[in-house]
Amino acid sequence: MINWGAFGVFALLFAIVTVLGFLGPYWRRGDLDLLHEWALGGRRFGTLVTWFLIGGDLYTAYTFIAVPALVYGQGANGFFTLPYTAIAYPIAFVFAPRFWTIAKNRGYITFADFARERYDSRALSLAVAISGIMASMLYIALQLIGIQVVIAAMGFVGKGLAADLPVIVAFVLLAAYTYRGGLRAPALVAIVKDALIYITVIAAVIIIPMKLGGFAHILNVAGHVLESRPKPAHLILPPQAFSAYVTLALGSALALFMYPHSITGVLSAANANVVRRNMALLPAYSVLLAFMATFGYMAIAAGVKPASPNDVVPQLFLRMFPSWFAGVGFAAIAIGALVPAAIMSIAAANLFTRNIYREYFNPACSPQQEANNAKLVSLIVKLGALLFVLRLPIEYSIGFQLLAAGWILQTFPTLIIGLYTRWFHRRALLIGWLVGMIVATVLPAAHAFTSVVPLHVGSLTVPIFAALLSLVVNLVVTVLATWLLDAARVARGEDKTQARDYVAGVS
Amino acid sequence: MRKNLAAMRQPLGRNSAAKRWYWLLLLPFVCMLWPPLYTRVDPAIAGIPFFYWYQFCWVILSALVTGVVYWLTRD
Repeated sequence: MINWGAFGVFALLFAIVTVLGFLGPYWRRGDLDLLHEWALGGRRFGTLVTWFLIGGDLYTAYTFIAVPALVYGQGANGFFTLPYTAIAYPIAFVFAPRFWTIAKNRGYITFADFARERYDSRALSLAVAISGIMASMLYIALQLIGIQVVIAAMGFVGKGLAADLPVIVAFVLLAAYTYRGGLRAPALVAIVKDALIYITVIAAVIIIPMKLGGFAHILNVAGHVLESRPKPAHLILPPQAFSAYVTLALGSALALFMYPHSITGVLSAANANVVRRNMALLPAYSVLLAFMATFGYMAIAAGVKPASPNDVVPQLFLRMFPSWFAGVGFAAIAIGALVPAAIMSIAAANLFTRNIYREYFNPACSPQQEANNAKLVSLIVKLGALLFVLRLPIEYSIGFQLLAAGWILQTFPTLIIGLYTRWFHRRALLIGWLVGMIVATVLPAAHAFTSVVPLHVGSLTVPIFAALLSLVVNLVVTVLATWLLDAARVARGEDKTQARDYVAGVS
Repeated sequence: MRKNLAAMRQPLGRNSAAKRWYWLLLLPFVCMLWPPLYTRVDPAIAGIPFFYWYQFCWVILSALVTGVVYWLTRD
């Protein structure tokens, strides 16, 4: 049965956002036939717009669904998101302004552009592009799943075209206004998205505990329920879960600002200080996320019994809110999927256009051809993700985020360490990347796509975040290979960047 | 002489001297990546275990630390 009350509000908010999306090209007008205008909004966004954009970009619909689901299922383990977001911004505060500066000075649109010039290696640049495109595709698929989950919660269930139609319509509209307006479209939509998310979460944190008898009571009930499950979970993190908790937090934090969509957001800022300032201001969203994590406990205390973990939040909203406000919450999640999906498709399109199309197929392309190619690829990327999600059972989605983190972390030695030192040999970085990619894929696959895998050290078994483990393997291989290649006097290539490109303020 | 040194340091040295403040950014790492520091129920505030409010406070504190470092190192 379709919940018309919720769907009416949802459809109205969705329509407003669509209009805004199509107004994108008229906002802060620029020549959209140039890639940096289409893809980076002309690198002109100030502190506030950048805050909305990056916030709307990083905190995706899937985050809002997956984090409470994890807490619902595993209790305290799911709260690793708190240390994760607390350390992600200090990390980005250090390297993101540096990357912004070199990118501005040398005209980079992607991280792979940097790898190309820094290491004088097309192969390394291609490797970075491949990791980025693959991770972005999975992330776009996750956003679609977020939309599917809330649409299903409003009663659009079943198989066939009728059930899938709302998702298809949403995505076709998104593809159309992103094609036209580039990054300006999601930047505008992000303002609405963030307002809706703040309204929903603040309302939920006030109303739901009032209905359920207070936060302390919710935690108490949740604690008892978790302990009495066949596979008990805990309210306070037990010692055997420490290693998983810490490595999940650290690995996710290192990966956060390396995703192509994060980089695209960072590069759209008007100057390095806008980036720095935002690293102190963006944690406002982390506070929001911390509140959202408690939704998992609220769902337990409210007696929500979801069919799948993804349904925890939608079912909680339906039970606790009047249907019109559940519609606002669902719109917040679905619109929350559109902003990142748009930016991810732009980021993947940039990587393909700059580092594959221009590098290998059409080196002499005009700026206009370059921009047109990126627009086209952004469409193809979204279409691909749509087909992928419509064909694939939703249960596989849990593995996506894990794989994406593992793949993107393999570019850490080349990109983040590469911003500071050129000690690694370019071929060593490539070998390390390849080994890391294999480990990051095979290891989770061998453990039924759980994020944490057991590491055996002597007689001890330590559970570790697979993505971080694969980065450690990558780093060890890269160091060893650097020694060998240097000993064999293999050419290191020419560094086209200069020390002053990283610091000089050309603004 | 002393004035001279200070004047010399201003244009060239300010940046590297200010960079020292970046070490402050390690604080959230130390306080959050060592769970034995906070995996406890007591002291609870309004019935909310230490484990939760400690980490929640650090989400805000780490933003404050980053803000302070920004303010101390801004050009």
